[in-house]
Amino acid sequence: MKMAEQWIALSTIVRKEIVRFTRIWVQTLLPPVITMGLYFVIFGQLIGSRIGQMDGFSYVEFVVPGLIMMSVITNSYSNVVSSFFGVKFQKSVEELLVSPTPNYIILLGYVLGGVSRGLLVGFIVTLVSSFFTDLTIHSLPITIAIVFMTAVVFSLAGFFNAVFARTFDDISIVPTFILTPLTYLGGVFYSISLLPPFWQSVSQLNPILYMVNAFRYGILGISDININYAFFGVLVFIILLTVICLRLLARGTRLRS
Amino acid sequence: MTKALSISGLKKSYDNGFEALKGIDLSVEEGDFFALLGPNGAGKSTTIGVLCSLVVKSAGQVSIFGTDIDQDFSKAKRDVGVVPQEFNFNQFEKVADIVINQGGYYGLPRAVAVERAEKYLRKLGLWEKRNMPSRSLSGGMKRRLLIARALVHEPRLLILDEPTAGVDIELRRSMWKFLKEINAEGVTIILTTHYLEEAESLCRHVAIIDKGLIVENTNMKSLLQRLDKEVFVFDLLSVLTQAPSLEDYPVTLLDGKTLEVELKKGQSLNHVFSLLADQSIEVVSMRNKANRLEELFVSLVDKTEDQDEPVVGAKQ
Repeated sequence: MKMAEQWIALSTIVRKEIVRFTRIWVQTLLPPVITMGLYFVIFGQLIGSRIGQMDGFSYVEFVVPGLIMMSVITNSYSNVVSSFFGVKFQKSVEELLVSPTPNYIILLGYVLGGVSRGLLVGFIVTLVSSFFTDLTIHSLPITIAIVFMTAVVFSLAGFFNAVFARTFDDISIVPTFILTPLTYLGGVFYSISLLPPFWQSVSQLNPILYMVNAFRYGILGISDININYAFFGVLVFIILLTVICLRLLARGTRLRS
Repeated sequence: MTKALSISGLKKSYDNGFEALKGIDLSVEEGDFFALLGPNGAGKSTTIGVLCSLVVKSAGQVSIFGTDIDQDFSKAKRDVGVVPQEFNFNQFEKVADIVINQGGYYGLPRAVAVERAEKYLRKLGLWEKRNMPSRSLSGGMKRRLLIARALVHEPRLLILDEPTAGVDIELRRSMWKFLKEINAEGVTIILTTHYLEEAESLCRHVAIIDKGLIVENTNMKSLLQRLDKEVFVFDLLSVLTQAPSLEDYPVTLLDGKTLEVELKKGQSLNHVFSLLADQSIEVVSMRNKANRLEELFVSLVDKTEDQDEPVVGAKQ
């Protein structure tokens, strides 16, 4: 397939993905806005005012970057896992598999679809947060780079999950039992400096902690960890997951017989 | 003439040890209308799956218009359009989007894909439904949508896996007409079907596959010539009380006004008519008892069944 044709195939997949999640906006775009709005009201206004300051910022200021990142992570992941599993389940993935579209274009198309939804939801949540606090950005390049890379990682992870999933239960296991606990314990709501040394060390094994803190650094200029580790770790995850997903596609694992 | 499809030694074994294809050799000429027949589970869909990359072959070579799929599957795929047995499109997507997006996956610029989608949706009577979600279509419309989708990149080889399954006779005939038209335009067609009448009426060449092996591969004419007998049904003007005697022709009286007469190869229908006329029996209409190809098919498939029969009393 020529480069121009690959570009057409890629834009077809991305367009289809964007049309899909915007068509069902009540299921995809509205819920995170409501959930995050409630978080801002409860943790920011009601409880947050009693918590006081966290690392030199009001609690609502502290919690906003974490909540934005949480919605980016959840939406990037769930977009790809549900969309790709959906086409696998309905067998419409065969439309792509019988075509000359290369595997890396298929993967890139779905990842960009997931990134689009993750970033769009992140942007909407950011707008909602502006009703509760004044956001000033410490470093725009760091903020954009880490949120984009994180969306890529979780889109790839969603793709990986969808390839292996056989039932709809299989696509909810990872978000429920792995992603949600890691996100909640990943420094979204607190600074790990509040934890005893042992739990601080345990927390440092959680990759989401690095992503949330790097993003918080981009916005507030504070972090519990060295953000270089965050960028390095995210990059490693991107490379690793890309290689694994491409291998799965090349082998046709659970896609071809 | 270029071969549209050339298969040699094609094998497919699954992880559980099941051998779906045991070494298939097959070739289809460009421009042919080719029938691939076989009972359920014979290996038809597996063969098609290999041609469109949904099934990974275990051994053998496959070339599509001279392109070896092991060398450049991407190039080979451009020449193939597949109409699968199952409705494998997104049930929530609009009819037109399904066809247009498929064009995109083949690298067609959107404007061209839109134009082609209109062309084929109109030809297949689906244009009015273009903005409907595909799940709202009837079974026959869904089958036609699969054909429109398979044609959007204008393949040189169209493979249809039981395209008329569950389709009413009127629609089936309109689909036959459409397929004959595109074949006349130069598209090579490979068809699998359970309606042997369909294969007989459409196809010039036929291969019969059974238990993962090709048991027959010839042109339709010579296959049908091998029929050594045919049964004709005569509808009579008057009621008979017993079957007439017609010399060498076995006769069965089904009811008072319906007669079945068996003719061996080379025997003359005119002779049967004259024997009937001699006995003042008037025939008002006549038809074949069964589809001729069906009889051959059953005999060929039965033959392989016999070969597989265990020898009774054989030592274990």
